[in-house]
Amino acid sequence: MATITLDQVRKVYPGKVEAVKGISLDIADGDFIVLVGPSGCGKSTLLRMIAGLETISAGTVKIGDRVVNEIDPAERDIAMVFQNYALYPHMTVYENLSYGLRNRGMKRDEIDQRVKKAAAILEIGSFLDRKPRALSGGQRQRVAMGRAIVRSPKVFLFDEPLSNLDAKLRGQMRVEIKALQRSLGTTSVYVTHDQLEAMTLADTLVVMNGGVVEQIGSPLDVYERPASTFVASFIGAPPMNLLPLAAAGDGYRLPDGTLLPADGYPQGKAAILGFRPEDVVIGGTDAFSLDFHVVVAEPVGAESFLHGKAGGAGIIVRVHGRTEARPGDRIRIGVPAARLHIFGTDGKRIAHGHISARDRATETQAALT
Amino acid sequence: MVEHRPFLNFLSHAVLVLGVLIVAFPVWIAIVASTHPAETFQTGRIPLWFGDAALHNYGVMLGDGLSNMGAPPLAGMLFNSLVMALVIAGGKIAISITSAFAIVYFRFPFRMLAFWCIFITLMLPVEVRILPTFKVVADLGMLNSYAGLTIPLIASATATFLFRQVFMTIPDELAEAARIDGAGPMKFLRDILIPLSRTNIAALFVILFIYGWNQYLWPLLITTDEGYYTIVAGIKRMAEAVDANPIWNYVMAASVLAMLPPVVVVVAMQKLFVKGLVETEK
Amino acid sequence: MKRAIFRNQLLPWLLLAPQLAVTFVFFLWPAAQAGWQSFLREDAFGLKSTFIGFENYSRLFGDPHYLNSVMVTVVFSVSVAVLAMAVALTLALAADRMIKSAQTYTTLLVWPYAVAPAIAGLLWWFIFNPTIGLVPYALDMVGIDWNHSLNGTQSMILVIIAAAWKQISYNFLFFVAGLQAIPASMREAAAIDGAGPGRRLFSITLPLLAPTSFFLLVVNTVYALFDTFPVIDATTEGGPAQATNILVYKVYVDGFLGLNLGSSAAQSVVLMAVVIVLTVVQFRFIERRVEY
Repeated sequence: MATITLDQVRKVYPGKVEAVKGISLDIADGDFIVLVGPSGCGKSTLLRMIAGLETISAGTVKIGDRVVNEIDPAERDIAMVFQNYALYPHMTVYENLSYGLRNRGMKRDEIDQRVKKAAAILEIGSFLDRKPRALSGGQRQRVAMGRAIVRSPKVFLFDEPLSNLDAKLRGQMRVEIKALQRSLGTTSVYVTHDQLEAMTLADTLVVMNGGVVEQIGSPLDVYERPASTFVASFIGAPPMNLLPLAAAGDGYRLPDGTLLPADGYPQGKAAILGFRPEDVVIGGTDAFSLDFHVVVAEPVGAESFLHGKAGGAGIIVRVHGRTEARPGDRIRIGVPAARLHIFGTDGKRIAHGHISARDRATETQAALT
Repeated sequence: MVEHRPFLNFLSHAVLVLGVLIVAFPVWIAIVASTHPAETFQTGRIPLWFGDAALHNYGVMLGDGLSNMGAPPLAGMLFNSLVMALVIAGGKIAISITSAFAIVYFRFPFRMLAFWCIFITLMLPVEVRILPTFKVVADLGMLNSYAGLTIPLIASATATFLFRQVFMTIPDELAEAARIDGAGPMKFLRDILIPLSRTNIAALFVILFIYGWNQYLWPLLITTDEGYYTIVAGIKRMAEAVDANPIWNYVMAASVLAMLPPVVVVVAMQKLFVKGLVETEK
Repeated sequence: MKRAIFRNQLLPWLLLAPQLAVTFVFFLWPAAQAGWQSFLREDAFGLKSTFIGFENYSRLFGDPHYLNSVMVTVVFSVSVAVLAMAVALTLALAADRMIKSAQTYTTLLVWPYAVAPAIAGLLWWFIFNPTIGLVPYALDMVGIDWNHSLNGTQSMILVIIAAAWKQISYNFLFFVAGLQAIPASMREAAAIDGAGPGRRLFSITLPLLAPTSFFLLVVNTVYALFDTFPVIDATTEGGPAQATNILVYKVYVDGFLGLNLGSSAAQSVVLMAVVIVLTVVQFRFIERRVEY
């Protein structure tokens, strides 16, 4: 068990491609940290630098008190679970689990003990002498996990370990990984592009984009207070609704011309207004009301999604249970003031919203401008 | 097939049977001839059916050879051929695996240069550089030795390419997992790469065994001591003998013995053989 | 390109050392020697050699024996390639119709690959033996007098048959593989479009087999140019009267038996150039095939 400290870590590939642009991160002992972001954001590169599979161009990586920049992966006391599991196809499950221990010259009895224990934890004891190709996807995943825990390393590294599983199994394994990490208490770094996986697994969420960290925080904190429009739209499904606001006199103007007065916000500057689909109140609120034109209604069962237009931009509204709304309907919608987010045109968060939009119909607004 | 055409099916069978007969004909004749006494070939025609001198002919060739005509007993020549075939096949595979491993899994200066040096051997068949190569081997004192018979032939661009191809298809994560599991390069080669390439190795071995066994010009050039004659090259010396004395029965017995090992290998390991052949040419 | 790399710098050279050593000592160095040698003239005792530039080459291309050898080689190579491929293609097309027995026929047809070219030559030499051979006996009945030790054309026919015979199995395997790679749906579509078996053969099967055929053409040419040395040496030894003296054989005869070092070296260099061209053609083709 150990802390992990990244200090100004950079990765520059030959040809001057900068995949990781100076990231600093303190990971507490026993923490489950999830690196999430779109493909190409540098999350896997960062993980592989912690593992020692990629050289570190600049900065330092510390595991515990030891700087590991120049240390071989095998010496870093880490274990890694790969996306394609990387099980040795010609070895039995037992041999797969024990290979790393044998290479370290561990005694046969202890190897056996450890393999049996890991197999019991993961419930793979009954196929220890099978080859990986005789296993199902979920079983292979467990063996890959087993290979990691059998070594009792200081750190677990996960590189999208669930993305080769079908949706149902993925959900199940997610719960198991979380429970396993809780019970072992091993510091873990987990890379995924799936925001749901990230939200449910993480103690600390690190949202990355374009080689930099966009936001670090607890999952709910990141969800409630996204630091940028990128985080706002990446975390949460469906993503946060974002409406561009143009400066107009003492207020703002939506794309369709609707005027919103600004109370206590930087005036004369364009901005971006955001609100989550589930924060929408049908019938409008005192703070903010708009006409919503339904284009598609998607009943999912427990909830329904209404896709349509409001204020001249595409909007998604989430409704509990069933909805009576039909394509072509016009509905009055609103959002409580505390649930509004304001971002600058650079995408950075400015504040929670306090825009009080007076209840005015869009038609009249259009006429005014 | 798309539709049922009895005549076409019959024709196809007829073509194939005819093809098999043509292909087998010379070998059939050789086997038959090797069972007749020498007198059969003094006059008349080559027989089409077996004679009764098989035991005698093969016994003479394996045990005594045609010593007076420059052909030692075949048993010794068969042994030399076996050594040559095994060493060439094993040697080519061994040095090609390590070369391909170096080229695929390491980055070092002049890596591509090394690759091209190996590649260029494809363009230099022994036949076009006979004299200077002979001279090198003579200068190194390797004439009339197993080393001389084998070492100059064990560089192999084809085998190196094949293993390079095989290694390229092995997922990167396997090497990474092995590194995290504490396996160094040689351990990775031994524990992971070689076991994963074993069918390729076996298939290649079949092809290279035949290649080594059937070597002709090279052993002919560098062996003057009959203790190092190989059977395929030795055939030439026997063929020269029949100009004076038509002892075709003995020559054909020798030919049959020379063909037998590689043919048995091909037939017994047909699947591996076809795989090896098709893959090395890819 | 592999992502996972071991970082050692010395180890790869150790791993490459055996292959590179053999390559340098027995391939590159002798080839360079041949190249250098081709610009020299050595006196009869091998004591002194003088640099004479391209004289060996110019003399070579003015030598009627050499030009004859070039012609002989072209006739021989083309005939071997065409004969071996035509027979193999016919057999492969027939085998492709077979569902159950294809494997059996394959087994019965592939083993000649394992027969050494020298022995292949010897077997046919025996069958064509002018005194006791079966083929001359049969030819005699239709009034043809066979004696390949006197008749150059007959001698050529003999070595072509022997060389092609051995290559049939190789070509057969590749044609069968090529035919299997053609999706059945394509032929079924053509059949639905009303094309009968003959028409399908010429409009679908053969065009789709073109890449395989081209590949085999190169391989067979290389085989006929270089690997047939034993066939010639075990049978005609280039005769009669140089009628079967192909280029590879001439290098050997002139250099090893005739000890005409300069000329032999120049011939080697010319042959190397031919191999280089053929190898490049083959690799360009393979690269293209990979892209498909």
